[in-house]
Amino acid sequence: MSEAKAATMDSVWQGGGSPYAIGSKKFGMWLFIISDALTFSALLVAYTYLRLSTPNWPTPFHFSPSIIFSSVMTFCLLSSSLTMVMAVHAMNHGNRKATVGWILATIVGGLAFVVLHISEWLNLINHEHVTPFGNEWGVPLFGGTFFALTGLHMTHVIIGVIYLGIIAFAVGRGKFKYEDVEVSGLYWHFVDLVWMFIFPLVYLMSAKI
Amino acid sequence: MSDHAEAVAEHVGGTTQSFIYIWIALLVMTGVEVLLAYEQVPVLIMLTALLGLSIVKAALIIAYFMHLKFEKLSLFLTLFPMLVLCIILMLIIFMPDSLRSLNMRVQ
Repeated sequence: MSEAKAATMDSVWQGGGSPYAIGSKKFGMWLFIISDALTFSALLVAYTYLRLSTPNWPTPFHFSPSIIFSSVMTFCLLSSSLTMVMAVHAMNHGNRKATVGWILATIVGGLAFVVLHISEWLNLINHEHVTPFGNEWGVPLFGGTFFALTGLHMTHVIIGVIYLGIIAFAVGRGKFKYEDVEVSGLYWHFVDLVWMFIFPLVYLMSAKI
Repeated sequence: MSDHAEAVAEHVGGTTQSFIYIWIALLVMTGVEVLLAYEQVPVLIMLTALLGLSIVKAALIIAYFMHLKFEKLSLFLTLFPMLVLCIILMLIIFMPDSLRSLNMRVQ
């Protein structure tokens, strides 16, 4: 009798403990990431579908500056992911000062990405005359899907920079725990991960077709 | 948070050295992608290679940077169906249909 009861309590799915063995904040962030991943994949699928089904789909991404810029942007995001992982690592060892330093380095990477991306946008708008509503090739859907996809991603990066700024400020003042830094890291890595698909599908593929 | 959850949160896996190796691997794969874009390879092979490398990069980021490799299997099994859904949507439903409409337009 008591053994059966103990077995029931031990089973994580019976309320005997946390089934995922992670905190609720972290699980919440994972659920958000899942829903956000579906949003981005819908936009990526829409972009790719329209590109394949439109014979005169424009390819205004020349090697210089678009591909060079987007490659450097990829480098910035990948490096900021490394510094973020170092921030989480430092916080795990209770080193708050190092954590703040690494998070600030991450923010610098994110800001560099945003600045480069905006100049890449301005290049498209001013030199290739692409706007969200029209372009010289007569394929307004190109601008619509391109700016929606990259714009939503850039919004995520900007929100991430603000989010990390708040975390760095609070950690520096002795507030927040390891889990809070780790959760913000999850968000930042996800933003990096999404770019790993936007970069080849939007920029690199247009070098060929 | 309960003491139980604190006790469970032991952090195995992932040293500074391993993070740097992953970062270098990600950079190399990005470099290969950029080179591939300017090589004379058929479009289908290039698209497959680009998507394949992107999926490997995403897997590395999720496994090591996002720490999923070191979480309980139950979390991975809860999150993974989303990925399957995305791939099914892309490869089985949307891509063949978009190619079909491209062929219809050209003819």
